[in-house]
Amino acid sequence: MKLTLKIWRQKNATTKGELKTYPIDGVEGDMSFLEMLDVLNEGLINKGEEPVVFDHDCREGICGSCSLQINGEPHGPDRLVTTCQLHMRMFNDGDTIVIEPFRAKAFPVIKDLVVDRSAFDRIQQAGGYISVNTSGNTVDANTIPVNKHDADESFNAATCIGCGACVAACKNASAMLFTSAKVSQFALLPQGRIEATERVLNMVAQMDKEGFGNCSNTGACEIECPKGISLENIARMNREYLSASLKG
Amino acid sequence: MSTLDSKIPKGPLADKWTQHKNDINLVNPANKRNIDIIVVGTGLAGGSAAATLAELGYNVKTFCYQDSPRRAHSIAAQGGINAAKNYQGDGDSNYRLFYDTVKGGDYRSREANVYRLAEVSANIIDQCVAQGVPFAREYGGYLDNRSFGGVLVSRTFYAKGQTGQQLLLGAYSAMNRQINRGKITPYNRHEMLDLVIVDGKARGIIARNLVTGEIERHSAHAVVIASGGYGNVFYLSTNAMGSNVTASWKIHKRGAYFANPCYTQIHPTCIPVSGDHQSKLTLMSESLRNDGRIWVPKTKEDAEAIRQGKKKPKDLSETERDYYLERRYPSFGNLVPRDVASRAAKERCDAGYGVNKTGQAVFLDFASAIERYGKEQAAIHGNHNPSKEEITKLGKKVIEDKYGNLFQMYEKIVDENPYETPMMIYPAVHYTMGGVWVDYNLQSTIPGCYVTGEANFSDHGANRLGASALMQGLADGYFVLPYTIGDYLSKDIKTGKIPTDTKEFDEAENKVRELLEKLINNKGTHSVDHFHKKLGHIMWNKCGMARNAEDLKSAMSEIRALREEFWKDVKIPGGMNEMNAELEKATRVADFLELGELFAKDALDRNESCGGHFREEYQTEEGEALRDDENFMYVAAWEYTGDPGNEILHKEELEYENIEVKSRSYK
Repeated sequence: MKLTLKIWRQKNATTKGELKTYPIDGVEGDMSFLEMLDVLNEGLINKGEEPVVFDHDCREGICGSCSLQINGEPHGPDRLVTTCQLHMRMFNDGDTIVIEPFRAKAFPVIKDLVVDRSAFDRIQQAGGYISVNTSGNTVDANTIPVNKHDADESFNAATCIGCGACVAACKNASAMLFTSAKVSQFALLPQGRIEATERVLNMVAQMDKEGFGNCSNTGACEIECPKGISLENIARMNREYLSASLKG
Repeated sequence: MSTLDSKIPKGPLADKWTQHKNDINLVNPANKRNIDIIVVGTGLAGGSAAATLAELGYNVKTFCYQDSPRRAHSIAAQGGINAAKNYQGDGDSNYRLFYDTVKGGDYRSREANVYRLAEVSANIIDQCVAQGVPFAREYGGYLDNRSFGGVLVSRTFYAKGQTGQQLLLGAYSAMNRQINRGKITPYNRHEMLDLVIVDGKARGIIARNLVTGEIERHSAHAVVIASGGYGNVFYLSTNAMGSNVTASWKIHKRGAYFANPCYTQIHPTCIPVSGDHQSKLTLMSESLRNDGRIWVPKTKEDAEAIRQGKKKPKDLSETERDYYLERRYPSFGNLVPRDVASRAAKERCDAGYGVNKTGQAVFLDFASAIERYGKEQAAIHGNHNPSKEEITKLGKKVIEDKYGNLFQMYEKIVDENPYETPMMIYPAVHYTMGGVWVDYNLQSTIPGCYVTGEANFSDHGANRLGASALMQGLADGYFVLPYTIGDYLSKDIKTGKIPTDTKEFDEAENKVRELLEKLINNKGTHSVDHFHKKLGHIMWNKCGMARNAEDLKSAMSEIRALREEFWKDVKIPGGMNEMNAELEKATRVADFLELGELFAKDALDRNESCGGHFREEYQTEEGEALRDDENFMYVAAWEYTGDPGNEILHKEELEYENIEVKSRSYK
């Protein structure tokens, strides 16, 4: 197929960016979206132009590196996939595709389509862990039985890949889905209950400090999340936060 | 040639590690505060080491090329992690895990290391559960297990098909705790480009800030390399796009020996290549072989009809199918080790029985499992006369619970529903057993430079068993290195901060600058990928699943020629002092172009077949790998000389005192 790409180009964090138009030919349905960009870049390099920079690594939907706002949607039109798993068979010959970086005040653009998502790391550093020493001198794993339903729900929350699609999808650029996934993972496990109060207070405080917006329950984050992280996590975090605030 | 000292402690096998821990020196907590450690790579091996060392009190700096430690490629590991817990009561033990691993590695690994790995494996599970890793559980609330290839027990712990993700996020959370305490300083989007040696000891690194392009000096009392494997030398592999050999190769060039580079694992169950645009290959977890049956048509006519789309797999009756693993290896069946399964798939496809358009694929079929589970579930729910539809529906639900994310991934990539039609799979490069040579303490031949996880060579011999990579990464980082590095650092308590304004740092930084300037100013005609693809082509065709002396010799000369062409003709747009993805790729591919030649040389030198290294000249009448224990029961550790085709071989003879060395059979 033949496509017209409109891609955000921005030299660095301090210069202004703009959309530039690139025609591309010979795109096949079996290509992933990023492989299509590889083809574009190979052409640009051969012409002596600078290739488009984008974050990517595992290309199997698990590392959370790839991002991209594609025709206004984080990770593009398909559901439950990251951009690296989005295949060109989702598009038609002659389509125009607009490709922009994830947009949020807390995710400043570094170059072209690459944004700085280190705010997510700092939210995790504020409390996204259980304070256990890594010495190995813990109790036998099976002395802490966990109800299967809780273990499964905890796992589901823990599958968040930290890509930031939830923030990019939200009109308020809220990081509630991301933060609540980690809070929920631990809140659902007996090991995580011990520090539950401090954890939710510290993580939410850091989230606010980073400049993410508030949640207004529109649910766009859940729809765009490539891992299907549920809105129920936000409800759970709100409950945790309320009870922690009352205690605190 | 010299003999390498592996520093294996004396004493009975089962007591070596405990005794060693009692014998080695410790650093007191107050002194740890004055000691700096650099950790390069933040996957399971690096992340766990960084967290533990920081928790002990050392000042740790971590480096990763990704934008966050959480994105290291350990995250992509799917199936599980082994541990000799014997929760299933099926006869597992430390000895059995040790035995399976040594046998699985085709008797080319070091006994003492493997036993230690088995010994600490149970602790890993305890540790991860305490950290909040949500492993799969049974209805009673206890941990569930499954089986992996090459073993006869169920010792694999898992979290659906995302075990690596959950374990890595566990290590990342332990790191975050230490970052929050100020004990780890993370340098993300940084790439190590050289090691600095002062008075014979590793004392720092030169790294490039990948955002600004700035070249930075970082000093420490010890340097830990945990930067993963080098599968991307093949261009197409299951590794991440950025996975590279650079950190390992730079220390090799500074004096660390590189061991067994030719030991590569080709994983049997990956999604086949679809076209020239392909940038990477996607693994379908080995755990699928618990329930999937592998087959090709019995006749070439049927295979041809399937390739042309005239027949569908379902059109073939049971008698028209060749379940070749079950036929050739009745006792292990579909759960033979990876090297065996991969070669068997290649053998069938080469003989003309392959099933996709390219003829390079076999079926992985879940129909029997869906039926079996469906009947079981119907019975559990009190339905003793279920219809076919009911059985299928219930069976699919069980399969979805076990492998849901893998099935979804397959469907998105291939555009076929694997619940309805068998998956098509083919072997792909996955893991490298070879790596930097280390002694029992995980120290390379450079004092103060330690190597952990996939980056070292130590535990898997010539073939790694499934679910053992996660085990090794975490064992090295949580439980081994923190002890052994203390013994070395105990002599450094009075050294004080290592200055970076010295001639050694000047020399290393200048070398890095020269390399980058040379690449940027080259102004050739072809992109980095152009050369990387060519290298991958040579590697796959001549150093892949089957090798022979003639091909390996020509691979060496072709890689050498390609390397010369690269340095004449590579083209890198943009500048040095900015984010430049092409420049990053170029530094990595330049190293792959050197490693590739050594790889072929090592494969040529090893005149036997063992594990993942299959030399066509050395096989049994039945086509199985034929070892030569008399002449090749050693680790080949190569010393850099300035020319990868002419490195110096050092041997570490392998001794088996606790295991009888025999020919490996899974029949």
